Amino acid sequence: MSIEWIEQVLQLTVQMGTVYLLASLGEIYAERSGVLNLGLEGMMLMGAATSFMFTLAYGHLSAILTSIIVGALMGLILSILVVDMKLNQVVVGLAMTMLGAGLSGFFTFPEVRKNLLLRLNPSLPEEVLLIQQAQKLPEIQIPLLSNIPVIGKMFFSHNLLVYFSFILSIAMWFILFKTRIGLTIRSVGENPSMADSLGVNVYMVRRMTVILSGVFASLAGAYFFIGFHPFWREGVTAGRGFIALALVILATWSPMRAILGAYLFGGVETFQYRLQLFGLGAQSPYFLAMLPYILTIMTLIIISTESIKKRIGAPASLGIPYAREE
Amino acid sequence: MEELVSLRGIIKHFPGVIANDNVSFTLRKGEIHALLGENGAGKTTLMNILYGLYRPDIGEIYVEGRKVEINSPKDAITLGIGMVHQNFKLIPSHTVLENIILGLKKSGLVIKSRKIGEEIKKLAESYGWRINPNAYVWQLTAGEKQQVELLKILYRDAKILILDEPTSVLTPQECRILLQALRRMAKEGKGIIFITHKLDEVFAISDRVTVMRKGRVLVTKETSETNMSELAQYMVGRPVIFTIEKKESRPSGEAITIKNLKAFNDKGVLALKDVNLKVMKNEIVGIIGVTGNGQQELVEVIAGLRKASGGSLIVDGVNIINSSPEKIIELGIAYIPPEPLRYGIAPNLTVLDNLFMKAYRYKPYSNGVIVNWKKIYNKAEELIREFQIVPENPYAKARSLSGGNLQRLILARELSGLIGEKIPRLIVAAYPTKGLDVGATEFVHKTLIEYSRKGSGILFVSEDIEEALMISDRVAVMHDGKIVRVFRPGEVDIDKIGLMMAGVEIAFK
Ligand SMILES: Nc1ncnc2c1ncn2[C@@H]1O[C@H](COP(=O)(O)OP(=O)(O)OP(=O)(O)O)[C@@H](O)[C@H]1O
Ligand SMILES: [Mg+2]
Repeated sequence: MSIEWIEQVLQLTVQMGTVYLLASLGEIYAERSGVLNLGLEGMMLMGAATSFMFTLAYGHLSAILTSIIVGALMGLILSILVVDMKLNQVVVGLAMTMLGAGLSGFFTFPEVRKNLLLRLNPSLPEEVLLIQQAQKLPEIQIPLLSNIPVIGKMFFSHNLLVYFSFILSIAMWFILFKTRIGLTIRSVGENPSMADSLGVNVYMVRRMTVILSGVFASLAGAYFFIGFHPFWREGVTAGRGFIALALVILATWSPMRAILGAYLFGGVETFQYRLQLFGLGAQSPYFLAMLPYILTIMTLIIISTESIKKRIGAPASLGIPYAREE
Repeated sequence: MEELVSLRGIIKHFPGVIANDNVSFTLRKGEIHALLGENGAGKTTLMNILYGLYRPDIGEIYVEGRKVEINSPKDAITLGIGMVHQNFKLIPSHTVLENIILGLKKSGLVIKSRKIGEEIKKLAESYGWRINPNAYVWQLTAGEKQQVELLKILYRDAKILILDEPTSVLTPQECRILLQALRRMAKEGKGIIFITHKLDEVFAISDRVTVMRKGRVLVTKETSETNMSELAQYMVGRPVIFTIEKKESRPSGEAITIKNLKAFNDKGVLALKDVNLKVMKNEIVGIIGVTGNGQQELVEVIAGLRKASGGSLIVDGVNIINSSPEKIIELGIAYIPPEPLRYGIAPNLTVLDNLFMKAYRYKPYSNGVIVNWKKIYNKAEELIREFQIVPENPYAKARSLSGGNLQRLILARELSGLIGEKIPRLIVAAYPTKGLDVGATEFVHKTLIEYSRKGSGILFVSEDIEEALMISDRVAVMHDGKIVRVFRPGEVDIDKIGLMMAGVEIAFK
């Protein structure tokens, strides 16, 4: 194991973890306000598909912006269904996941994709219309710092979205715990009827956080595709939305702790890829590939015990629609 | 005198009931206006309308002479109206400060904790309260929580205060502190609407009193021009006897014997340290004590809802400690839990479902697999009549019942002997009259006495010393997880009982 090998694993750990971090940040806000967004996976897929198409058509910036808009729309739909119409959050969330999987698959189906791309940008050359991969976001090496042995690559040699997600986690932690906005969100998730009686618009707060969770999930999908693994196939995010859901709980609904959790999951996943390269588990590659999911399931089992749930402070009204009694 | 609030001709329907039927009500500057009325009379509904939580079907609201539309609590807050709700609306996992400033713009985008903390402290001190703004709400006593509720509205400079049964959860001492503070607030020129079921509080504190019944206002009077029995008669529509006659008890055989009982509370602290007590059949044993001295844990252990860590509960010579609730039900132990809405009722199910929540799997209501709904329905109608539950519809959702009617529902379920058609051998009743109007309280007292004379043993937990002395045959004082003394009503005077509750050792002559 050379030093380069370690440096590379650490760098990939952070880059992989960023997928989880972005997705979980929005989800933390939604759950803190009392709404479970189980549509994370579908929204990530939509973000990935959108970024794929728009990178081909107009480049990276357009890809990021459009995936944000798509995420907001998905979040808006979810919020209307679960906040305003008060439908069951688990059922609607899973339906959103299926919707996202279906739509992203449909739009990127070769024939459909070709047509869509031509409409988006008629001047695209023929060979671009059917390729399965897009250009990756460029990495920005921070001068000097990125040359520090071992940790230089881990922290200072990434694309913009990675730096952005890191700073954003800290900012979102600050907003959630130190500002009026954060207090309002947390209170709505703990006791909406109290918030209501103090003049807080519970529905508006929840709509906003759900839309935010859509934006972040979609952005996570876009990052995953153009920032990490720019090779398209259907269902490209492979259940990572669900891992992000587990991460939210592991992080006990704190954006700061989500950073650690995200890099832990990122690390496990990177590590198992590397081990496969070493020929370990060659007889059964699926076993190693299973690791992140096993970690997810274990987290969920441990944490779903009622007493632990209370101790780690799940938002008291998580999953319960609010209706003023009238 | 200046009128702060005037409600005129308010009408409010809920499916199947008229909660407010052409109600008019005024509040003057600097007055404390008591609002009385039996459970379900429509007091909370009227106040929710004033606070913008409900919209009236018909009716007008004037605040300081101006006609206003109040569509949400936000509008009400802007108009200077604040409300302390019937149940705490606080977030236990947040700090006092966070609970108070929620929704307030003046707290700053980044919350100015230090400055606001000082302000809150000062505000609290001006009413003689000592509150740490950075304490978590779950650490507070009920009395302190109620102070936080008031600080929530005072910090918003409200001049119209609505207090919906603020004293029903407080001990007598906490209550006194609260009433003192309210008087000061009135002196400062605030108007206070004070809802209560305790008539002595009405006379201790209010300037005027309004009585409601079945959605209508019956009368508004200067408090000085009326008296207790007149008010009680207005409330329930018939004379109320404040003292209860009961026959001498003739204890016969043990209902239950509690020996060296020990148990932990939710926080992992030993809450029952060594409880010894015997309850006989045909006897009411009252347990009094300051809340939090182990009463809740005691009743839960007996009902099989909490594991005991030591000791025994002996019924007919058998130790039943840590048996399942099912086993305990089958032994004929009935349990009337505290806070019915939290522990005793499934609010979204119907009255009928709630009535048969225990009996549905026993004969003759089912054969173990299939429920005989016809039989259940007929029996439910009978119970609704016998226990006078309103509305008389077995299919009404339990959550739409008033407090008094919920308590009647639980009594009906627990006492009617649905299981095995016999009366319970032991009835464990935890705070069964909390929040009830005088009529319903009287009903609960009478029912318990009646069952005790028919052969049940009754363990009656109360915070109200006078109530416990009135209906019990023997009284046990509980302090710090132990029974410190057992005596007969009349043997010890009230001051001494108060001292025992506070943990002072008193020599017995
Ligand atoms: N949200 C609601 N939906 C349906 N019915 C309701 C609702 N709230 C109250 N009611 C009904 O309206 C009537 C008045 O209830 P309200 O809560 O105002 O009584 P109250 O005087 O405050 O009684 P209590 O002393 O028990 O608090 C009752 O019959 C009650 O069942
Ligand atoms: Mg009420």
